[in-house]
Amino acid sequence: MSNDAVANAGDTASHQGAKRHGPPVKRLMAPAVLFLMVWMIVPLAMTVYYAFENYNLMMPTMRGFAGLGNFEILLTDGTFWAALGHTLTLVMACLAITVSLGLVLALLFNKTFLGRGVARTLAISPFFVMPVVTGLLFKNMLLHPVYGIVSWAMRTLGFEPIDWFAHYPMFSVILMISWEWTPFALLILLTGLQSLPEDQIEAVRLDGASRLQEFRHIVIPHLGQVLYVVVMLESIFFLTSFAEIYATTSGGPGTATTNLPYYIYQNAFFQYDIGLSSAAAIAAVILANIFAFFLIRFVAGNLNAGGQR
Amino acid sequence: MAVVELKGVAKNYGGAHKNAKAANAVENFNLTTRDGEFIVLVGPSGCGKSTTMRMIAGLEANTDGEIRIDGRDVSQVAARDRDIAMVFQSYALYPHMTVYDNMAFALSLKKVPKPEIEQRVNDAASILDITHLLDRKPRALSGGQRQRVALGRAIVRDPQVFLMDEPLSNLDAMLRVDMRAEIIKLHRKLGVTTFYVTHDQTEAMTMGERIVVMRDGHIQQIDTPNALYHAPNNVFVAGFIGTPSMNFLKMTLGGDGKTLTGQTARMVASSERQSIEAHKGRDLMVGVRPEHLVLTTDEAAANLIKGEIDVVEPLGSVTMVQLEVDGHRITAQLEGDTSVRMGDAIMLTCDSARLHLFDAETEQALPRHEHRTETA
Ligand SMILES: Nc1ncnc2c1ncn2[C@@H]1O[C@H](COP(=O)(O)OP(=O)(O)O)[C@@H](O)[C@H]1O
Ligand SMILES: [Mg+2]
Repeated sequence: MSNDAVANAGDTASHQGAKRHGPPVKRLMAPAVLFLMVWMIVPLAMTVYYAFENYNLMMPTMRGFAGLGNFEILLTDGTFWAALGHTLTLVMACLAITVSLGLVLALLFNKTFLGRGVARTLAISPFFVMPVVTGLLFKNMLLHPVYGIVSWAMRTLGFEPIDWFAHYPMFSVILMISWEWTPFALLILLTGLQSLPEDQIEAVRLDGASRLQEFRHIVIPHLGQVLYVVVMLESIFFLTSFAEIYATTSGGPGTATTNLPYYIYQNAFFQYDIGLSSAAAIAAVILANIFAFFLIRFVAGNLNAGGQR
Repeated sequence: MAVVELKGVAKNYGGAHKNAKAANAVENFNLTTRDGEFIVLVGPSGCGKSTTMRMIAGLEANTDGEIRIDGRDVSQVAARDRDIAMVFQSYALYPHMTVYDNMAFALSLKKVPKPEIEQRVNDAASILDITHLLDRKPRALSGGQRQRVALGRAIVRDPQVFLMDEPLSNLDAMLRVDMRAEIIKLHRKLGVTTFYVTHDQTEAMTMGERIVVMRDGHIQQIDTPNALYHAPNNVFVAGFIGTPSMNFLKMTLGGDGKTLTGQTARMVASSERQSIEAHKGRDLMVGVRPEHLVLTTDEAAANLIKGEIDVVEPLGSVTMVQLEVDGHRITAQLEGDTSVRMGDAIMLTCDSARLHLFDAETEQALPRHEHRTETA
């Protein structure tokens, strides 16, 4: 790469003199790009490579090209399909709960009331609890059949306590992850609400809109971008939920709460089957992309519809 | 179209916190419009103009007094049921809707049939010359175009009352003059009772049928532009209306009830327009407008101001000069071809009939004999 080309890349072409003194953008960016390559491309390439290999740590001598063998095992494995289903259930349910609850809370916290600052901090604090700690908190302090607060409350009210993680494992995991992530939705939606100009609300009121119409025609379209960000980021995080499940149900009982990340983990670290878990990882990447694609279409379509009423 | 009545209307924002007892933002506001009148509220910023408008609109509750529209007390009526359209300083267009949808929005909420909405939006658009913009989003419009859309959104509704809060202050000077004329034309055509807020007295003078001059939440004077110019109620109104501002000199009225003497300036008051007898021997604020001062060489002139020019502003058609007289800054508007320079010692005189006399203590105008509004 010649010096000239480098200079040109950084030049905004506004004036001639800058040609010589333009910042060497490419050279300055090179370390970051290189770092990203090593960080992302290499592991991805390795994963793709292993997905087509027979590679089980327990049978180190049986290395070799497997063709589509790993994928064949994967697609015929009932647990894989179950894990896929659990992943989708988890993502959809958590998205629905966190976004709607976050929106309601954001609308409440957007009003002024006594002690709002304290209440807001408290409402946001679950987000600062580590996932593993969240898991332990729910397992041992909230939902524990003997020591849990919920059980205590139920006993006090005269009900039979429930072993939540044993009898309603998926529900409990969804509850836990939603508890953890609602503050995130709240926080981002609240900043969105606060950036809504007051005069637009006033204008729409003078135009004769009811509270509900005001919400539908002004607030929701205004929040469009922000909702999009929340849904995108949260679905990525929900797709990859692991620590909460690891710390509570370990994917069980049976495979009731085994999602794709947990399935991959089990195959890699219990079956020592690097090949199969790599194939599953590829499937997860594909799933994430499909998900993102439909999500973008769906959200974008809804936004436009909202804009045109 | 409607008659708007405000009786003893007041607003105190301190209400929410009991111990934070703020002064009233608006106090004892009384005004009854004629049907279809164009009222301008003018005053320095922070004097309570917007607050007054917002109380009429119902965006802010009045803490005292009553507001009636066509006789109906609307104090308890929600903003959306008052049938009032407001044009905001920031335009407040709905950013995600096209110009057409912005204008059609209020009508579609009211479930007006589609063809009628289309008819009304198209009519309004053609009046405002924005037909070609109907498909655009607000962000693709210039400031002037947004302004028109904001007006259009108000007029399609055919409301009882228009409120406009400094609608032109975000436009450049040229466009402002155009839009000024256009709003007046629109008002003539539609005949809707309009409240128009501005802090620009030129805008107020050119647009208002009646002007409400406000200061610190209090009405100073409600009058026609002519009356405000020729018969201001007090020093504030006198100084606020007219550009450049009226000059003031503190002078003492002699025992003869005629001669006014300052440190160096002297005047002869005429009792023809204002009764001055009661103020014999007392201090007065004497006001005279820059455009009524003329150069003189007659040192014996009855009305005489002497001083040394320290600022000259040749504007072509006229030349503005400023001088320091008896501790007051005096501006005179002289003929455009006057040849004066900085440092020149000059003498100025004026017609006694042009003097405005105010009580130096209360700053109120001395009582006027008749409320004449002549066009001089
Ligand atoms: N929401 C509010 N809360 C407290 N004080 C306010 C509020 N709005 C306006 N004020 C005060 O009321 C006074 C009048 O304000 P405003 O009506 O906006 O003036 P103007 O429109 O004439 O510039 C000002 O002193 C302002 O600080
Ligand atoms: Mg204002």
